[in-house]
Parts: sequence; structure tokens; C-alpha cells
Amino acid sequence: MILEARDITRRFGGFTAVDKVSVSLAKQEILGIAGTNGAGKSTLFAAIAGQQGSDGGSIMFDGHDITKLPPYKRAHLGLVRTFQIPREFKSLTVHENLLAAAPNLRGERLLSSFFRTPSLSRNERELSEKADKILAFLNLSRVRDTLAGGLSGGQKKLVELGRVLMLDPKCILLDEPFAGVNPVLIDELCARVRELHAQGISFIVIEHHLQALQALAGRMIVMDRGAILAEGDPREVMKDPRVQEAYMGGVA
Amino acid sequence: MTAYLMSIGIVVLIYALLTLGLNLQFGLTRLVNFGIVAFFAIGAYTSGLLSLKGVPLPLSFLAAMIVAALAALPIGLLSLRLREDYLAIVTLGFSEAIRITIQQEEWLTNGVQGLPGLPKAFASLGGNSDLALFVTLVLVTALTAWGTLRLTRSPLGRLLRAIGDDETALMALGKDPARFKVQIFMLGAALAGLGGAFYAHFITFITPEQFIPLVTFYVWMSLIMGGAGTVRGAIGGTALLMIFLEGSRFAKDLIPGVSEVHMASVRLAVVGLALILFTLYRPQGMFGKRQA
Repeated sequence: MILEARDITRRFGGFTAVDKVSVSLAKQEILGIAGTNGAGKSTLFAAIAGQQGSDGGSIMFDGHDITKLPPYKRAHLGLVRTFQIPREFKSLTVHENLLAAAPNLRGERLLSSFFRTPSLSRNERELSEKADKILAFLNLSRVRDTLAGGLSGGQKKLVELGRVLMLDPKCILLDEPFAGVNPVLIDELCARVRELHAQGISFIVIEHHLQALQALAGRMIVMDRGAILAEGDPREVMKDPRVQEAYMGGVA
Repeated sequence: MTAYLMSIGIVVLIYALLTLGLNLQFGLTRLVNFGIVAFFAIGAYTSGLLSLKGVPLPLSFLAAMIVAALAALPIGLLSLRLREDYLAIVTLGFSEAIRITIQQEEWLTNGVQGLPGLPKAFASLGGNSDLALFVTLVLVTALTAWGTLRLTRSPLGRLLRAIGDDETALMALGKDPARFKVQIFMLGAALAGLGGAFYAHFITFITPEQFIPLVTFYVWMSLIMGGAGTVRGAIGGTALLMIFLEGSRFAKDLIPGVSEVHMASVRLAVVGLALILFTLYRPQGMFGKRQA
């Protein structure tokens, strides 16, 4: 198991958004999470990635207990995420967005800003080339020097994916990667996720677009009112009467 | 007239230093510092008091920067926990607290009486001391502008802009904004402290009421009119503000029936109007390029 979250609980005042949910992810697995709005999917993500604390439970990632780690330390270990509403750095170009995510960029020290040594320039150039490779992989080379704030919703999602790839992650959490993305781009995004998966990266994908999710995920969880309703093979899970009741409002 | 222009030039350059500092804090990193005058005052008093004790000016200037930066440390740490509008209130409160402290702690600062008779910078040059000060300020401002330009275009500058855009996203990408925010807060404060030291040894008489929040707002007006986020905006904006402020002094001869006292209010009204027009029609400022 690369990720094991046990009994994750998150309360907002008297409301329990996530109630003792356990999720585990094997190495090189793609796990899909579906569920109605307010089922607790994104809250679960925030607890796993560390944007919000949890009110109970523990999280192990790649052999480390990350329950109490701040989000940037979780990212250092190789656990990264994208956001449901894209959080691109809007005043940076697409290429700069990727570079801002580059780990170990020594030029980011204060003194290095004034005194640029050859080794710093080399470091920056290497990372710049890496960013260009990722942009080519994601078909974003055309908008390399465009300010990210001006991109379409789908392109912003790709930029977010490109940014996390700069960290050479082990596990990527994708929060609704297909929402508001046009169908052609959805296919492309799926193809890229599969390629990355083939390279050994694990994924958890939250998605409402069930067709795309079924095609992508090897295993699926359906959440409802802060708890797991069903878990298993995507096709089986979608046939589960409880899932149809909760998710589709009972329409078979 | 030359002396008058020279002193305006000196004031413009001192304000330019403050605006360059604010440009790092707000223009790049979106840290809303409404307490610039506090660090300006701390710099002025630090250098003023030390020079009265016989410390040579180069050392007292250095001390002014260091003390101002250290005073910014707790505020910088606070900025980690506060949303931008709350940080604005806290820094504004801090600057008033500093001014009132200076006013009250007579044993150290001579209270409302202020510190008269501070050594003039380049006093040994006699009548040319203002010229020497002006030239020095040109060099210091140019160096600062070059430094901040370099910083803006460096990987750190890119990171600071990313902090300004979205801290949550940056944290999720493995970077802790805390250290950078504190650093940049202290750096901006050091520049304000340096400006304060120049100010103290230019006018040679400092009192607490010179350090009211209006100074902070002049710096903000400069940056907004010039264009936040760019070095030329910071410097151009300062010049623009001074043209407004000083130019309206002469305008009183053109408008009959307006007294000197009225004119001071008219002047502020003009600056206020300009600020409103800029925010409405040219939010990126006179010299800015990026749309925020």
C-alpha cells in the first residue's frame, strides 16, 4: 500500500463532513471516488493532502506517518493534488507556473537573486527544460508563455497536472479533473493519466463524470453523507442499488 | 529655486525607497502593509538617536535598516496567520502604536518636542551638502531599483508572485511560503528604515507628528498610480505623486480666492481624485504592464 488513511473524521461545527472513512491505495493503482455533492469527497482529499486537519484518524504514506505533517511536507514525500476549482498562479505564465513548483530550486534563496552563479543558472536551465518536456507531454507548448489566468478551464486543469508532475510524485490526487472540460480534452486527459499510471504513479480521482471515471479507475468508492456507501469494481459498484438510490436519486 | 528643486528631489527619492520596499511586499507578494511609516519612523529615530550619541552616520544608517527589519520580524510572523485585510488593520495599528510610543517615551525620544539638531548628512561640504545628499540618494535608489528588478526577475521573484496569487496551491506543491513572506517583510522594512535615516539627516529635526499614517498612504498612492509589481511603476509613481503635491502649490496663484490653508485640502482632494480615476480606468497604473 502506498497510501493508507484510517478512520478519517472531519467535523465542521456540529456537522460531520467525513465520518470514520478509511481509504487505501495500492502502488500503481487508480482509485475512483464518486458521490453526490456534499458527500465529503473533497473534504477527504483536503485531509489526506493536508489543506485541512482531521478530527480523527491516521494517514500513512509510503511508510511515513503523515497525519500531522503540513501539506508542503506531504508534497515532498511525493503526495500531491490538484484542485476542484483550478488554483493556477494567474499572474505567472504557464511555463513559470511549472517552474514555481520545481523542488530544490536553489535560485529561490534571497541572496541567489542578486548573485547568480553558473551552477544556479544550470540548475534553473535544467528545470526549465524539464518543464518544457512536461508541457510538450500535456500538449501545452503552444501556451507556454501565456499568463495562466487567461487560459480556459480545461487548460488550467492541465497546468495543475503539469505543476504536480514537476515534483516527480508517487501519488496524485485529482479533484474533479474533468469538470468543465470539453469532451476532446477529457479523452486527452484520460490518456495522459493512463500513461503516467503506466510509469508507476498512483492516482485517486474524484469525479462526477462517471463514464470517464469507470474507464479510468480499477477500483471505485462511492461516498454518501460522509461515509463510504460502496466499494469495489467500478461496474459492480454502479449497479449497487444503494448507489443508484443515493447517486441517481433512485432512477435505474 | 535650485535649492527648492533639490529638496523636492531628495524627498522624491526618499519616498521612492519606501515605494520600492512596498513594491516587494505588495506589488509582488500581495502583503498589505499599511504600517510603512512605522519602519520609516524607526529608521529615522534609530539613526537620529545614535548620531546624537556620536555614532558616525554610515553606521547609524546601517543600524536604522537593521532595527527596522527586526521590528518587522514579529509583524512578518503575524502575516502568516492573517488574511490580507486583517494584516492591513494590524500594520496600521502597529504604525500608530509606534508613533504614540515615540511620543510618550520622553526619556528616549524627547517626546512631542522631537529631536532637533541632528547632524546634517555631508555637513562638512557646507552649502553643497544637499547636492551630495541628492547624488548619494540617486545612487542608493538606483542600486535598490536594480536589486529589486533583479529580484523580481529571479526565481525568488517568481515564487513571491506565486505566493501573491495562491498560497494554498503553493503549499500543496511542496513550498512553505512562511520564510519567504517574513524575509520580504523584513527587506521592505529595511528599505523604509533606510529612507527614514536619510530623512532624519536631511531635515535634521524629527518629531512624532511627522510620522502619521498619511506617509503610508502617500507611498500606497505612489505605487498604485505608478503600477504595482513593477520597479519603474514604483519610481514613476513617486515622481507623479510629488508632481501632483508640489505642482498644486503653484496652482494656487492661478486660482484666485483660495488661501494657502484651503490649498492644502485642495491638494489632497486632487490626489484622492487621481487615485480614484487610476483605480477605475487604469488599475495597472501609469507604468504597469501586468493585469493583476
